[in-house]
Amino acid sequence: MLELIVISTLNGVLYGMLLFLMASGLTVIFSMLGVLNFAHASFYMLGAFFGYQISRWTGFWPALIVAPLLAGAIGAAVERFGLRRVHRNGHVAELLFTFGLAFAIEEVVSIIWGKVPVDYRVPALLDFPAFTIFSTNYPAYKMFMLAVSIVIFVGLLVVLKKTRIGLIVQAALTHPHMVAHLGHNVERIFMLVFGVGTALAAVAGVIAGPSLVTQSNMAALLGPILFVVVVVGGLGSLPGAFIASLLIGLLQTFAVSVNGSLASVFGPLGPDLAQTWLSDIWNVTIAQIAPIMPYLLLVLILIFRPMGLLGTRET
Amino acid sequence: MTDLASSAAPPRPTLSDRAKFYAIWIATALALLLLPKVFASGGSLTTFSLVGISIIFALSYNILLGQTGMLSFGHAVYYGLGGFLAIHIINILAGNKFPIPLPLVPLIGGVAGLFFAALIGWVMTQRSGTAFAMISLGLAELVASSALILRSFFGGEAGISANRTKLFRVFDLSFGPQIQIYYLVAAWTLIAIIAMYALTRTPLGRMCNAVRDNPERVQFVGYDPHVVRYLAFCFSGFFAGIAGALAAINFEIANSAYLGAVQSGTVLFAAYIGGIGFFIGPIVGAIFVTVLSLALSDLTQVWQLYFGLFFIIVVLFAPGGITGVLMMHRPLLRAGMLMRMLPSYLIAALPTLALLIGLMLMIETTVHYTVNPHEDPNRVAFGIPFNAASPLTWAASAVLVVVGFILARMAWSRVAQTWDATLTAARAKVHAL
Repeated sequence: MLELIVISTLNGVLYGMLLFLMASGLTVIFSMLGVLNFAHASFYMLGAFFGYQISRWTGFWPALIVAPLLAGAIGAAVERFGLRRVHRNGHVAELLFTFGLAFAIEEVVSIIWGKVPVDYRVPALLDFPAFTIFSTNYPAYKMFMLAVSIVIFVGLLVVLKKTRIGLIVQAALTHPHMVAHLGHNVERIFMLVFGVGTALAAVAGVIAGPSLVTQSNMAALLGPILFVVVVVGGLGSLPGAFIASLLIGLLQTFAVSVNGSLASVFGPLGPDLAQTWLSDIWNVTIAQIAPIMPYLLLVLILIFRPMGLLGTRET
Repeated sequence: MTDLASSAAPPRPTLSDRAKFYAIWIATALALLLLPKVFASGGSLTTFSLVGISIIFALSYNILLGQTGMLSFGHAVYYGLGGFLAIHIINILAGNKFPIPLPLVPLIGGVAGLFFAALIGWVMTQRSGTAFAMISLGLAELVASSALILRSFFGGEAGISANRTKLFRVFDLSFGPQIQIYYLVAAWTLIAIIAMYALTRTPLGRMCNAVRDNPERVQFVGYDPHVVRYLAFCFSGFFAGIAGALAAINFEIANSAYLGAVQSGTVLFAAYIGGIGFFIGPIVGAIFVTVLSLALSDLTQVWQLYFGLFFIIVVLFAPGGITGVLMMHRPLLRAGMLMRMLPSYLIAALPTLALLIGLMLMIETTVHYTVNPHEDPNRVAFGIPFNAASPLTWAASAVLVVVGFILARMAWSRVAQTWDATLTAARAKVHAL
């Protein structure tokens, strides 16, 4: 039991940190441009596939650097030539643009790399068990993923809160005109922030690719959860996104390991109800509903705290 | 302030206007009646049925997006639930020999859609804008994933099937042959279009537009935007349910794909490509998207990519959709100056076409090497044969793309200049009269 709790907590924190790597970029972009980038998970997917392709040519370590840069450059180009153009047509047009982009990226990826998972492996250097808890080997690569996530999290925090760059970015969030009057190129700041945000998502993709599955529907699987994170945390709140990421990470990993159902607690239904849809609800295990846990959380949050955990705005 | 003035209640239309209005509906009904006489093949009947279903679905979607300003990424939920309920109802009706004929089943699907929209909608419509879009996506994922977990109601991967011919018969209609299904769909499409058009004319429909444009002012006047959004949401769910039930009747099966993200995305594409600002926009879009997806899938393997790119182009360059682009030309048509635009359009069309062909060659060549590299490099896409292995093809596509892009940019800026000049002239002419 203790073993289960320790392992699940580790995995849950790891998954939560990966979610946060993506959600942080998404949240910062949302706060700046006022649009939720629907294609954010697509950049995560691009990161994973670029990482796979580059690591086949040059090995994993260059891929870890090059793939996010590449994805970030694509992100910056998308902002410069796409989003900036549709901006004058309002938020719906912006959201629709990124929606179409997500659709197109998924198609391109499945054309280039196929629809089946690619063979993206853990680098040999990290392919060993880090430590053994209660007879379970915990892979070193997962510890590496955790370390990268934490380093980036701390780095992001320091850059945003302690440096001049962070100061300008934060000012551009709230007072773009003032920042522009002070001689900063706000449009370029927006473009760079968009690029950095998408690069962060791509980092998550490069390091998660070998551990999770790298395939062309990974963006479609993760995208909605990402938005749940952002809505549950409170739109535009970075600390909120952090808490929501960890919450959802832990919730999902713990749910997978619990095998209980209503039937196992209260006993089976009567034989006359054995084959109805009621019996489905009765017999479904918590492990089975793990994938829909984030969405259940979303519904609960909406009912009890519509502005999200740390959100301040009602709209 | 001109927008406000034009959207105020219009004066009562003259007799000739009203006659014209009814003539349009009667003509539509006649066209629907005669359509299968002109195109009688089984394939075209199936296409017409699918088009009819997607027209209802796209119009119901536009009640949300176009009229009330709510961008939903989960509209397939009400479509799918309507479809599942319809299949279950058909099975129950057939099993118990209840005297309810098949043509009434879509109404039951609609009530199912209305029920679920009423159930979920109150929480969802509390917020609008981006938050609403995200929440609709989350809830759609919840329902779609639940469909695979609750197997006895949704039938798991395989779905639930029914036999539509086993129901109580009126006028000896079995609804076995596709032609009878076509007329069923056509009748429901006409009813739904008229009902939804009537809805836009009611005070509620007007309030929906007001909520879309300025919720604060609506609140100030004494209406609750939340309630207006909720009512619009319920109506939208009702018509989506009708569309879903018709789809279930047409295919005699409902599966989890009815509820999924692809279905929600398709209706969004259809409504937006057609033009969300006009009532006929989603109709145009539904016809266009359905026919295009059926036709393109014969022409190329990667038609979904073209589809996505086309959508992006519409969002970037024609936010009013196809209908919006056509409607832009109305003042020119009235002034009789449409012909002045024609030369610059023709000049711009040439490099644009070259650019598109170049892009298409590039995509198809790439597809050849990534998807099936060992097959014959002589390929055909959009009816154009080309050799994917030859460097000539690559060079041609590169030249077409680069030169086409540069020339198209120049030509289109010329078009914009001519457009401004012609529009000014047209306005002057109309006002001078």
